[in-house]
Amino acid sequence: MDIPLLSVLIWLPILGGVFVLSTGNIKQFDNRKISMLISFITVLLSLSLYSQYEQSHHLWQFKEILQWIPRVGINYELGVDGISILFVMLICFMTFVTILATWNSINHSVSQYLASMLILQGLLVGVFSSLNAILFYIFWEATLIPMYLIIGIWGSGNKIYAAQKFFIFTFFGSALFLAALIYLGVINNTFNMISFYSLKLEFFPQLIIFIAFLLGFAIKIPMWPVHTWLPHAHTEAPAGGSVILAAVLLKMGAYGFLRFSLPIVPDACNFFAWPMIILSLIAIVYIAFVALVQNDLKRLIAYSSISHMGFVTLGCFLIFLMYGESISAKALGLEGAIIIMISHGFISGALFLGVGFIYDRLHTRSIKELQGIANSMPIFSSFFMLFALANIGVPGTSGFVGEFMVILSAFQANVWIAFFAASTLFLSAAYTLWMYKRVIFGVAKSDSIVALADIHGMELVAFILLAFMVIWIGFYPAPIIEIMHTSIGNLLSIASTSKIV
Amino acid sequence: MFGHLTEICLAILLLPLFSAIIVGISGRNMTIAGAHRITTLSVGVTFILSVLLAKSIFIDDFSTYNVNLYSWFSGRDIFPFAFHLGFMIDELSVVMLVMVSLISFLVHVYSIGYMSGDEGYKRFFAYIAFFTFAMYLLVLANNFLQLFIGWEGVGVASYLLIGFWFKKESAINGSLKAFLVNRVSDFGFILGLALIFSYVGSLDYQIIFANKLRLANHIINFGSIEISVITLVCLLIFWGAMGKSAQMPLHVWLPESMEGPTPISALIHAATMVTAGVFMVARMSPLFELSEVALSVILIIGATGALFMGLIAIVMNDIKRVVAYSTLSQLGYMMVAMGTSAYTVGIFHLITHACFKALLFLGAGSVIVAMHHEQDMTKMGGLRKYLPITYWTCFIGSLALVALPPFAGFYSKDMIIQAAKASNIFGAEYAYCCVLLGALVTAIYTFRAFFMTFHGKVEHENVQEPGFVITVPLIILAFLSIVIGFILFEPMLINNLLKEPIVTPLHNTLDSITSSFNGHLPFIGHAFGTKVFWLTWLGILIAFIFYYLYPNLPTFVSNRLSLIYSILNNKYGFDTLYEIIFVRSSKFFGDILTKIVDNLIIDFTLVDGLGVVTNKIGRLLSKLQTGLVSHYLSFMIVGTTLLFIWVILR
Repeated sequence: MDIPLLSVLIWLPILGGVFVLSTGNIKQFDNRKISMLISFITVLLSLSLYSQYEQSHHLWQFKEILQWIPRVGINYELGVDGISILFVMLICFMTFVTILATWNSINHSVSQYLASMLILQGLLVGVFSSLNAILFYIFWEATLIPMYLIIGIWGSGNKIYAAQKFFIFTFFGSALFLAALIYLGVINNTFNMISFYSLKLEFFPQLIIFIAFLLGFAIKIPMWPVHTWLPHAHTEAPAGGSVILAAVLLKMGAYGFLRFSLPIVPDACNFFAWPMIILSLIAIVYIAFVALVQNDLKRLIAYSSISHMGFVTLGCFLIFLMYGESISAKALGLEGAIIIMISHGFISGALFLGVGFIYDRLHTRSIKELQGIANSMPIFSSFFMLFALANIGVPGTSGFVGEFMVILSAFQANVWIAFFAASTLFLSAAYTLWMYKRVIFGVAKSDSIVALADIHGMELVAFILLAFMVIWIGFYPAPIIEIMHTSIGNLLSIASTSKIV
Repeated sequence: MFGHLTEICLAILLLPLFSAIIVGISGRNMTIAGAHRITTLSVGVTFILSVLLAKSIFIDDFSTYNVNLYSWFSGRDIFPFAFHLGFMIDELSVVMLVMVSLISFLVHVYSIGYMSGDEGYKRFFAYIAFFTFAMYLLVLANNFLQLFIGWEGVGVASYLLIGFWFKKESAINGSLKAFLVNRVSDFGFILGLALIFSYVGSLDYQIIFANKLRLANHIINFGSIEISVITLVCLLIFWGAMGKSAQMPLHVWLPESMEGPTPISALIHAATMVTAGVFMVARMSPLFELSEVALSVILIIGATGALFMGLIAIVMNDIKRVVAYSTLSQLGYMMVAMGTSAYTVGIFHLITHACFKALLFLGAGSVIVAMHHEQDMTKMGGLRKYLPITYWTCFIGSLALVALPPFAGFYSKDMIIQAAKASNIFGAEYAYCCVLLGALVTAIYTFRAFFMTFHGKVEHENVQEPGFVITVPLIILAFLSIVIGFILFEPMLINNLLKEPIVTPLHNTLDSITSSFNGHLPFIGHAFGTKVFWLTWLGILIAFIFYYLYPNLPTFVSNRLSLIYSILNNKYGFDTLYEIIFVRSSKFFGDILTKIVDNLIIDFTLVDGLGVVTNKIGRLLSKLQTGLVSHYLSFMIVGTTLLFIWVILR
């Protein structure tokens, strides 16, 4: 291999961000265009990553190793499999779309904002391609910094409170996560994540490790009842921050379950499967009711995200209810969970962008103050309709694919799980379309709504790109599902084997 | 010909889709005429292609054609199945296809007149072309996944079209309600699919049919209740059909869908989309055949709707609502046919009903246009002389609806009543009474509306017959409403052309009711000896007396029977009940969860509370560090004393 693609994907945006930061006040540099160019290059590189990926085996690909602290097994190790490659592509795509869509919505400290975005992108790629636990942890924690700044500087309203809550909440979870990683590294003599998978662990240490992992991941996802930081963070964050937060940052938690909990402590996962599933179902049903009565558009979509993430954790832990059964039903649920994550990246991103477009124009997100946007913004309304339908999981959009797979799989595990999970069909429709009705339909409520300008230029391009992804995955999900098969098969065989000696 | 079936199907599917997309994204670049030309032409072409398909199936006698177009995704070696998109061309799908494309084409033409001058003209045509695409997708499906995609696609189109006039509060409420009620029924449907999938491991029709005995032989226990898998499957997917085909108690959305433009009511909420549930039951008839419980449930629910929804139509004053409740009642009839295992009869009624109900809706639309968008029948009357073409076509439509021989409705409805009589399944007697009385009710409400609209001595100003794009579809549909029953009766029922998709019933009602058939004249002749024939005439007579001879009589009677009247006028209270149970209580529930559990308990008390407690402890501890030596000294003395005491007592 000639170019270390993954390293480029990590360091190109980070260095680009530093460059943008350093040229911030020089007039000759149009930092928006430079940032867009950098993120566009990463999109192309991620596509080339996909095209070079060999789907026929589960082994890690695009591996890179640089020695760092070899004595304790801490190295700069990168690599992707069929699962993480999807997230790497999602990150590059969503950052590009976000930079396009928020072209005009940030008015002060533009280069600092763009730099945060680019650096965040590089760090996120690092999270999803690290093969060394310490490297993973460093990237994992580092992502907090640009996000903290994005909320705290470019946010609105009570932004400092929201930023601090976001930081302290998620940082608190990660502390125990680090402790568990160090324990594993010490008994294993290396921090290579793949070698953790073959580690034999007694049941009690597994339980402790599981709980330590759980706190870190559950807060990140977020699962009920540690979800309350998310509505605050989303509400006060700028549109671009919300997009990245919902589209990518939330997925880190579930990715953590897939990379750490499931393969390293399968017996503890098995032990905790029912509580986890019940928490997931609470997230799906309870949060849907909460979303129903929100008056702030962003809060509503934030709660909707939590509800969808419930499906993800459901898919992850369903496999343990089918312990003895063949791999097929388990794979369906697990792949469904991953598809939901990818699809939710596009959909929630699009919805947050849409709210951002409204906010840029009217400086309000309160549903009560909005009505009749369709009268003056027909193009926006059509796209928003598509994304609202995708959020509901209407077949033919990406939102349907994963939910369908998880429901099919859940039914084989337990009828009642499927029953509660499927209630999302009408619950999500209720809160999404009721919101849509109140905001978009009706007679224009005020003169400022009558005078709204429809989306144009970069905003339109961003929406078209997202709409394309949503419909494409809805009608032809094979390219992103089939690339996972071998890796999922491998993960399942590890997760179905007891680690107790 | 056979080799090109896939291409033809593909063309049928994609023509309306592409025309919808082109019209949808063209914006200002396209003229008004361009929009309707593209969509109408493409749907017209799909009608011709559908007829070609029908020819190759019926006349050239091709066997069932089943092809997978591409796979949605496959499991490779991880799981041994794949989800496909594909086509199943057989008698059932072809009959549906021809019907859908014909009605859709006529509605397109009609809309050119009806929607002219509307500011959303192009959007309208994009929507109905999209609807047509989704309906084709549903009908042509060879597996449940694709059916479900089309199923939801028509739901979305219906949602968009009911709320087409999005400034009208009642329209956007109606569209939301329609979508949500349908979603509640999809909830059952998707669970049904999951159940099938967990036993069969595939969603392809042919594989499901091949494994149907596996479903029949398994039992599931719910506590002490034992239920066979096939019964559960059938009940769940029928739950799905109940939403789309507006069966009680999930019918509440259909009357409110009338807030949309009238051509939509004709196309979606009378002829095509609402019959999707009936179609799906017919498609799955090999499964339903194996579950008598499910058949009984279908029969009873269908029969109840057939009678009680018809009763509501008698008290409605909005012309479209009358036709809407009539549709609910007729859908009940179709379900009765399904429940008696006379699937072919149900489909037959579906086809004839599509013709005359589309006619009645379009006729109502013509009246509404002529009356400058007035829908209240009490303000109409005497329209006969202003709207002669509408009058005569509606007259034919009404005769077909009340099922007088030899109009289309007679053939199909008479067969349904006979099937209910002949059936020996649980609930058949009840169903027979319902459909029989339903015939009386149908006659009353149909001719009530007819007399109220067209007769009487009301003078109107500035009312005239709409243009030919509106009247020509009416005339074509009126013609069909006369002859379609006569034409299709023998090929569909006697020769049982639909035998192949619809496996021979174990409960063979169809044969027992068609065995005595020996020509059309004797068949029509036997009608004069049946109860239903005379009940129909009785109904027409009642309508004639109340609404033609003595127009003051209805008010008198409704005052006398005010309790019954108000029950009917409130539609048995379903709306109020649902408003309280679902809408208000979920908002209440959501409020409690948000304000008390989420905000107060979790966020304020636990999360922020943790911060506050940490803060408090910090302040408390900071008091220890006063910096005064005397304080430290006293702490030391207390500490050492306690230590001594502990050591001594140990």
